[in-house]
Amino acid sequence: MWRDALLVAGKDLRIEARSKVGLGQVVPFALVVVLLFGLALGPAAGRGSVLSLAAPGLYWVAVLLATVLAVQRSFAIEALDGASDGLKLSGLDPAGIFVGKAAAVCGQLLALEVVLAGAVALLYDRHLAGGLLLVASCVAATVGLVSVGTIYGVVSSGTRQRETLLPLLFFPMVAPILLAATKAWDAALAGTPGRGAGWLDVLAVFAVAYLAMGTVAFGPLLEDA
Amino acid sequence: MGPVISLRDAVSLSGRFPLLAGVTLDVAGGEVVHLRGPNGAGKSSLLRLCAGLVPIASGTAFVLGHDLRADRQSVRREVGLLGHASFLYDDLSVERNVRFAVRAARADLRGVDEALDRLGLGGRLRSTLVGSLSAGQRRRAALAVVVARRARLWLLDEPHAGLDAMGRTSVDELVRAASASGTTVLLASHELDRASRLADRVVVVAGGRVVAAAEPGATGVPAAQGAEGDETRQIAPAGEAEEDGRDVA
Repeated sequence: MWRDALLVAGKDLRIEARSKVGLGQVVPFALVVVLLFGLALGPAAGRGSVLSLAAPGLYWVAVLLATVLAVQRSFAIEALDGASDGLKLSGLDPAGIFVGKAAAVCGQLLALEVVLAGAVALLYDRHLAGGLLLVASCVAATVGLVSVGTIYGVVSSGTRQRETLLPLLFFPMVAPILLAATKAWDAALAGTPGRGAGWLDVLAVFAVAYLAMGTVAFGPLLEDA
Repeated sequence: MGPVISLRDAVSLSGRFPLLAGVTLDVAGGEVVHLRGPNGAGKSSLLRLCAGLVPIASGTAFVLGHDLRADRQSVRREVGLLGHASFLYDDLSVERNVRFAVRAARADLRGVDEALDRLGLGGRLRSTLVGSLSAGQRRRAALAVVVARRARLWLLDEPHAGLDAMGRTSVDELVRAASASGTTVLLASHELDRASRLADRVVVVAGGRVVAAAEPGATGVPAAQGAEGDETRQIAPAGEAEEDGRDVA
């Protein structure tokens, strides 16, 4: 499985490096979302401002929206010229395909989250304290998000309504991740990382559960796609 | 050694629509079989069934010794399918695409260079993005995947389509060489004369069934590609012809 996962992840990342869709579209999109939140909630004026207080939640909403785009892109490359049939014919372990595709999106999202964190610090006037908790919650939340996204990405890829179906399926499932990640970031930014440890555990549980679910379910879902 | 393909009353459905309505067919190792029939007859579906891409609803199907009802994954790893689509990634080079497919199939990477050269995809073309290729070059790249994977069974759907004269000749040579080395080839083609020259046997498919089989030169093997009736009216049923021990006429 791991060999196949590496092969698929390498292929997807190579395609992204060549097409630059992530860099040219997903990153600017997420930055625009962060900027629009800033415009909607007024200028950041110190720690007491609405924007500053809402920064963790706004950050994760932006990440969520970007995840949908990244997952859609991940399956769009399989929809061209029968590539999804090619993937089935390849003989690759479906669990390996799942882990590989999720890992490739995960890598892209983690890079995006670094950029977005900088934007939030700058635009929302928040000091990025509690670095360890921030990073750990980013990793755990991102694994959970891309696992769910990859599961529903393959479900929606076989339908004509794929662009609208994916967010419809995805957002309700990741609501607990959004909540836990926001709470963990809130605790970290407030300088009380101990308060966020429990939320980090929640994120880790969801990440492991969704990852396990994906490795089991992806094969049958790919067959039906 | 048993047949490489052994289908008995194989039915395949797309929803409630029958893609194959009860196909019975045996193909021996190293044999080249030309599938012919009108559009919508079920040739492509038959190839996709043998590749393990579409499920079997009833009947039995064994390909390369694997039961398609129980294990389609093993079949997929061992066959090479050239379909209507190329199964290639536009944003990867020709060589990267072929290498990915070969690695996925756990085949020998040394086959990549040989396949690319044999299909005229060496030199500058090997590093060209598939999205930049012409339709004919793209077709050759898709065929290079089949060749490089060194599959034991080639399933070729209109392999000559979109190719220039040189490309068509290359395909013919590849099929002959593959057959000589023991690879079994099932090819669907509307290029009747060309495909029949390659084939050891012609199988006529109509209405999702095999309706006749004969050696390529046999009298009465239809040349028409029109309506279903045109394909079938001159031919005795495959089973009947075999039982009588005579040519299909």
